[in-house]
Amino acid sequence: MSRLGSIGVRLYRGEIGYDFVAKRKFWYAVSILITITAIVGLAVRGLNMGIEFKGGAVFSTPAKSNASVSVAQESAQESSGHHAIVQELGNGSLRIQVSELDTAQATKVQKQLSTDLNIPVDKIDAELVGPSWGEQIANKAWTGLGVFMILVVIYLAIAFEWRMAIAALIALIHDLTITVGVYALVGFEVTPGTVIGLLTILGYSLYDTVVVFDGLKEGAVGVTKQSRNTYSEIANRSLNGTLVRSINTTIVALLPVAGLLFIGGGFLGAGMLNDISLSLFVGLAAGAYSSIFIATPLVADLKEREPQMKALRKRVLAKRAAALSKGESVDEDDDPSHGDDPQTPHNHDGPLDAAPVVAGGPSSPSSPVVGQRGRGRGRSSGRRR
Amino acid sequence: MAAPNRGRRPAGAQGKPVRTLVMILIAMVALTGGMFVSGHTTPRLGIDLAGGTTITLKAEAEPGKESAVNETNMNTAVGIIERRVNGLGVSEAEVQTQGRENIIVNIPKGTDSEQARKQVGTTAQLYFRPVLTAAAGGVTPQQPAPTPSASSSASSKDKATDGKKDPASPAASVAPSATAQGRAVTEGLKAPATTSPSPTASGKAADPSQPPAPATTPGQTPETSGLDKEFAALNCMDEKSRANAGKDAKPENPMVACGSNDGGKTWEKYLLGPAELDGKDVDDAKGQMDQQRGIWIVTMDFTKGGAKKFQKITTKLSAQQSPQNQFAIVLDGEVVSAPQVNTVLSASAEISGSFKQQEAQDLGNILSYGALPLSFEEQSVTTVSAALGGEQLKAGLIAGAIGLALVIIYLVAYYRGLSAIAILSLFVSAGLTYSLMALLGPAIGFALNLPAVCGAIVAIGITADSFIVYFERVRDEIREGRTLRPAVERAWPRARRTILVSDFVSFLAAAVLFVVTVGKVQGFAFTLGLTTLLDVVVVFFFTKPLMTLMAQTKFFGGGHPWSGLDPKRLGAKPPLRRSRRTSAPTEPKEA
Repeated sequence: MSRLGSIGVRLYRGEIGYDFVAKRKFWYAVSILITITAIVGLAVRGLNMGIEFKGGAVFSTPAKSNASVSVAQESAQESSGHHAIVQELGNGSLRIQVSELDTAQATKVQKQLSTDLNIPVDKIDAELVGPSWGEQIANKAWTGLGVFMILVVIYLAIAFEWRMAIAALIALIHDLTITVGVYALVGFEVTPGTVIGLLTILGYSLYDTVVVFDGLKEGAVGVTKQSRNTYSEIANRSLNGTLVRSINTTIVALLPVAGLLFIGGGFLGAGMLNDISLSLFVGLAAGAYSSIFIATPLVADLKEREPQMKALRKRVLAKRAAALSKGESVDEDDDPSHGDDPQTPHNHDGPLDAAPVVAGGPSSPSSPVVGQRGRGRGRSSGRRR
Repeated sequence: MAAPNRGRRPAGAQGKPVRTLVMILIAMVALTGGMFVSGHTTPRLGIDLAGGTTITLKAEAEPGKESAVNETNMNTAVGIIERRVNGLGVSEAEVQTQGRENIIVNIPKGTDSEQARKQVGTTAQLYFRPVLTAAAGGVTPQQPAPTPSASSSASSKDKATDGKKDPASPAASVAPSATAQGRAVTEGLKAPATTSPSPTASGKAADPSQPPAPATTPGQTPETSGLDKEFAALNCMDEKSRANAGKDAKPENPMVACGSNDGGKTWEKYLLGPAELDGKDVDDAKGQMDQQRGIWIVTMDFTKGGAKKFQKITTKLSAQQSPQNQFAIVLDGEVVSAPQVNTVLSASAEISGSFKQQEAQDLGNILSYGALPLSFEEQSVTTVSAALGGEQLKAGLIAGAIGLALVIIYLVAYYRGLSAIAILSLFVSAGLTYSLMALLGPAIGFALNLPAVCGAIVAIGITADSFIVYFERVRDEIREGRTLRPAVERAWPRARRTILVSDFVSFLAAAVLFVVTVGKVQGFAFTLGLTTLLDVVVVFFFTKPLMTLMAQTKFFGGGHPWSGLDPKRLGAKPPLRRSRRTSAPTEPKEA
């Protein structure tokens, strides 16, 4: 734990750090690859839609009913004329799924099962679903998705700025695509529960992103008033500074969901708990990844297009060049290279010189961050008079 | 950035930690007390946890009548379905609209779901039948002695008497007097644009001993005579027999039925001839204000075929005496209105009487949409036995407990002493959530279903996230070399902003979900929204003041190695010069 703590400290101070922003092309590529895989999976395999979307019925017999799987299967198939899937759950109850029935036919199957299995009709739980029910849920989900995205972009544009809103939106779409793709590739069943989970990811994926952006916004205060670091470098430091926070919030959010998924689902074999938690689990993990590797670099990319940021970049590079020619040590801890510069980024995980440099880590709000601290000049926290 | 101590400050979140804590504790006690006082100590459980049947219906408008799926019609439909389901003798059934086009019917356990589905799924039947006999709602004595007497009040519940048994005692033998007849007789049915209001109120008692004048085709007398007994025995004051009165009547046969003209306060009973028209013959109807007379009326327009039939029947009826000149509009076996016919009518008619606005509009609705204003399609039917429901609830609760335990373990491992604050906050949050859920059951009909349980479990993470954001901020400040008390105060405004922004996003997601979805998803969204709001409340009014108090203790303030705030462990810089300007919290009254 203390090791982890010390990593946190060093991250915070900028002694160590990963250059997320400079390596963004790599992570973009990774994400694009995953997204393409997801889309291909969707196109080729399609989603395994649950009975709620095709119409059909799920019957469950009571626990310890000692009903035989084969009898149940035969009975259901004969009375419905459709294929039936029968699973035996941990508690000795059967779960019988018959797809493509309408609700009236489903009742017939229920009665037949009751006769064949010797279980009173009222003891057989049934979930009968008409074919348009799932469609309705899905339509509403799409509506919700659209409305939410519009609202959230507006809100984030007000709370932060439009660039961040755009980046957050892209990250969000990325999370959803990945989650849906995983469903397609693994062949998990899509149920209304899945849809609920997916829609919840919306809020949650953004939660992570907002936490990161908040640090970013703070770190970038007064960024144009200095000429020590480019915006991208500052963004990267903020990101590293809040890394522990992001990781912790993600873990803490995932823990209960994991509990639901592996334990709650384990008790019942299958059902709503599992459906919701599975999509949440995948989506949350994707959300944590995208808030760090995708959203922030995207913001940096967009910001670097601003004229004042371009000017800043020029100043910083000029200063560094001047310093180099004077033979002074370079005031940087990160590779200054950027996408726009045709330089290959060096691959080092943090500064090799031990000078702790902190730009834009969370610091006192009364003093704007000014480049680097620790060299006896302008310690932001020490400047309060 | 403004200095934090000049920032906007929520009242009580800073400066007066003890008072704030006392306030929130009082609120908790009040909520818990409210729970026990109201007797709702557990949240109401949804069908999937308590057992029962849920039927989801979707409104289908007829082609060309898409605008029919509107709030008014949905509410009319809900009323009709509710009456049917509760007619089964289920009093606990809930019928409610969800979203724009869904109706959800929840029938608790212990009901014949099969029968309920039949009731719910079918479209209501609307028929026009000639009235043969009318009488007040009570049991008519076999020896007819039509003595006008005071009308019996509906609240006097007679013993149910089926048509099969002879009535034990002529308890509420009420021959209708003109007043007791209510509006059924005072309504007139006539062609529109006649200005003379001429509904004649005649409350002649129906005499069951005389065979009613055959108002329709001959040859049905044997049947009606069989019905006479039933009619005499029918007790419209009793809900059960009322619901069964016109249940299985075929349109081509005569029937007995009940009707009320004052919203169910008093009831009349009718012996009715075979149906002459049905709901499909009505092209359009609406309740509207008659400007000339200043009263509410209902106008009807018939289709071509309907007009022909209507002309035929009104020709016959207008020549009769009351009550045989009345025309019963029968919905699902219940007479909703029985206006008199005064003239021969064909393509259009108006019903006038002492309508209130609502009544006129309802009747117009019923007439124009052939009873159920919409046809409904069964979207899903879920039947859950109480046993399975209980199991699901158990699984959900176990999963929740485990999730909570995992979060607590992680917090303890990472934040050491600080985690005590987080855990206390989590419990406060859980307590508030639970008591609110229990109280919202009776208040707004909130029912805890499985997705809602899921939502609550997922919310553990969201709530804990807020603490992490704050703790990390505090630790950052300590790393800057501050002592704990200033660190706690300085970290707050910025943590606060992060928490508010991210919680707002979560809440937005929940709100959007809640608005656009139906059924299960709504329960989930509601819980998520509720817990997000509570998260803000708890962080502001519990976690933060507690943190301020803790900062004054030796254990935390002194940075004990196990406090989770040990400057050495956090790699703090050497302490700064203490400045005068740190916004140290005011000392609480008690040391």
